[in-house]
Amino acid sequence: MAIAVEAKRPEKRGLLGRFTLGRRDKVITTTNVLLMCLPAVAMLIVFNYLPMFGLVIAFKDYRFAKGIFGSEWVGLNNFRFIFGGAGSGWRLVWHTVFYNLIFIFSGMVGSLALAFLINEVHTTRASRVYQAMAFLPHFVSWVVVGIFANGFLRFDGGIVNKFLILLGIEPLYFYQRPEYWPYILAAVNLWKGVGFGSITYMAGMLGIDDEFYEAAQIDGANRWQQIRYITVPLLIPLIITVTLLSLGGIFRGNLEMFQMMIGNNPLLYSTTDIIDTFVFRSLLTLGSLGLASAAGFFQSVVGLVMILATNWLVRTVNKERALY
Amino acid sequence: MAQAQAVVRSVRRRKPFSVGRALIHIGLAVVGFLCIMPMLLVISTSLSDDLLVARNGLSLLPQGFTTYTYDFILSSPAQLLRSYGVTLIVTASGTAGGVLVSALMGYALAHREFKLRGVFVFIVVFTMLFNGGMVPTYLIVRGTLGLHDNILALILPTMIIPWYIMMFRTQFSSLPHEIMESAKIDGAGEWRMFFQIAMPLSRPWLATIGLMYILKYWNEWIPAMMYIEDPKLFPLQYLLQAIVRNAQFLRSMAQAMTTQVKLPGLSLQMAMVVVAAGPAMFVFMFLQKYFVRGLTAGAVKG
Repeated sequence: MAIAVEAKRPEKRGLLGRFTLGRRDKVITTTNVLLMCLPAVAMLIVFNYLPMFGLVIAFKDYRFAKGIFGSEWVGLNNFRFIFGGAGSGWRLVWHTVFYNLIFIFSGMVGSLALAFLINEVHTTRASRVYQAMAFLPHFVSWVVVGIFANGFLRFDGGIVNKFLILLGIEPLYFYQRPEYWPYILAAVNLWKGVGFGSITYMAGMLGIDDEFYEAAQIDGANRWQQIRYITVPLLIPLIITVTLLSLGGIFRGNLEMFQMMIGNNPLLYSTTDIIDTFVFRSLLTLGSLGLASAAGFFQSVVGLVMILATNWLVRTVNKERALY
Repeated sequence: MAQAQAVVRSVRRRKPFSVGRALIHIGLAVVGFLCIMPMLLVISTSLSDDLLVARNGLSLLPQGFTTYTYDFILSSPAQLLRSYGVTLIVTASGTAGGVLVSALMGYALAHREFKLRGVFVFIVVFTMLFNGGMVPTYLIVRGTLGLHDNILALILPTMIIPWYIMMFRTQFSSLPHEIMESAKIDGAGEWRMFFQIAMPLSRPWLATIGLMYILKYWNEWIPAMMYIEDPKLFPLQYLLQAIVRNAQFLRSMAQAMTTQVKLPGLSLQMAMVVVAAGPAMFVFMFLQKYFVRGLTAGAVKG
């Protein structure tokens, strides 16, 4: 009986199961548990919630001397300035979204392809070596990635230019040619994330019941048909879920990556400046904080809407994986 | 029975050679090589003669093998050691603090007798959805808290990762509650149950989340760029960044000994990368399975 009750209400199973406390013990427990929450909550308040109130500076003419709440209100002026006629706001937003879309799409295709290939040779010792090699870039910091990229792309002696010369093509000043950077950044992002991303898909593939494949083999399906009609269809919910979850962050750029790959190189901004780099630069070079926080405000609010929307979609596909 | 044997055999048996599998192996070997090629490039350049690098460009094999660059770095290691120290302190205390604070919160959120846990779950989850962004955070850390040129600015602002709290929560919820109940009946308090039962039983998760923290703190450099100006407090990654951005910095690091001698350029930079980033990467490589577990944890909400 007790088992039946439990099976019906698994959500009630916390740390203590069916055990219940007396009144006095309850008070003591609650006090202790609240104390356990205290450090994390205190830090969340200071470093996450207080800055949310700081968002009001998007509507102010911020002056260091006057502080966040002392500065004058200017209504929507900051927004008008950055998203209006000559402002670069929409370009920043577009770049942020554009690069995230490229990264999500190329990451999905690359990770899936790698997962399929490794899965084909899964039981061999070599497969573990491939996996380890592909995972390695995940451990490299963006600072070091930036140095790697420089080794490949620099004009004098860079690997890519040496290769171009070998082919009889004129070497290129990559750091002065914005048109190449969407490709470069996509390649670098893929390099850094493909091994990491493939893990999720490989776990999904390993989770597929062998009986499906055995039955298909008996029916005479070849390996390719098995992938086409068993693996792919069964993986689709996972692919959709992973993609939707990453779409939720589409307005948040990877600051570490862009800052390290591009740095403060205005020659490349026309194709590579994203909201995060703009805000970061305004902060550190004492640019207009009003404009920066207007861009940041836009990012936070649209980002919230985006996450709520994608999470709602994920819940309809795969409740287990939703964020909340 | 016969079927079971057949399955066992088919698993054990070496698959016969086929062109398709050979192609897959070749493809994967190429991908693997591309993944580690930048590391090879850096190591070979660091072992190359700088004049040859300047003339011929970078290459995957050392040109005119020499360890001069490493001798040079080791002869004036003050700043490097200093930065190693900063990174070690930040990583160790940030990881210990982060794991402890998140585990405590996760434990509380997994506690059935905790009536307010809905509210607290919301407090945690909401920070995943919405944030104030960089400008207000910067103003609060630097202005309100006054953490300028303070090592705490590298540790505290990024210490709480809501996702990890939720992972701990899921893990603690999945502990067999009979154990917790009997401990309770034996008179154990919450703290004792947390430290002596819940934490030891969750050791694999402590390792995984701890390592994710270590990787995060070790590789982080944005906070240093925002809050640190004093080279004495530069963490490793920021030191590397400073060296690359500004050749002058490398010179100032070694100014005491070489005023006349011409400093090697690229090869020295690359040797710095090897010395600063190599050892940690090497260690992470062997701990890969823990990172994989963090990834395949699947459902972490509750």
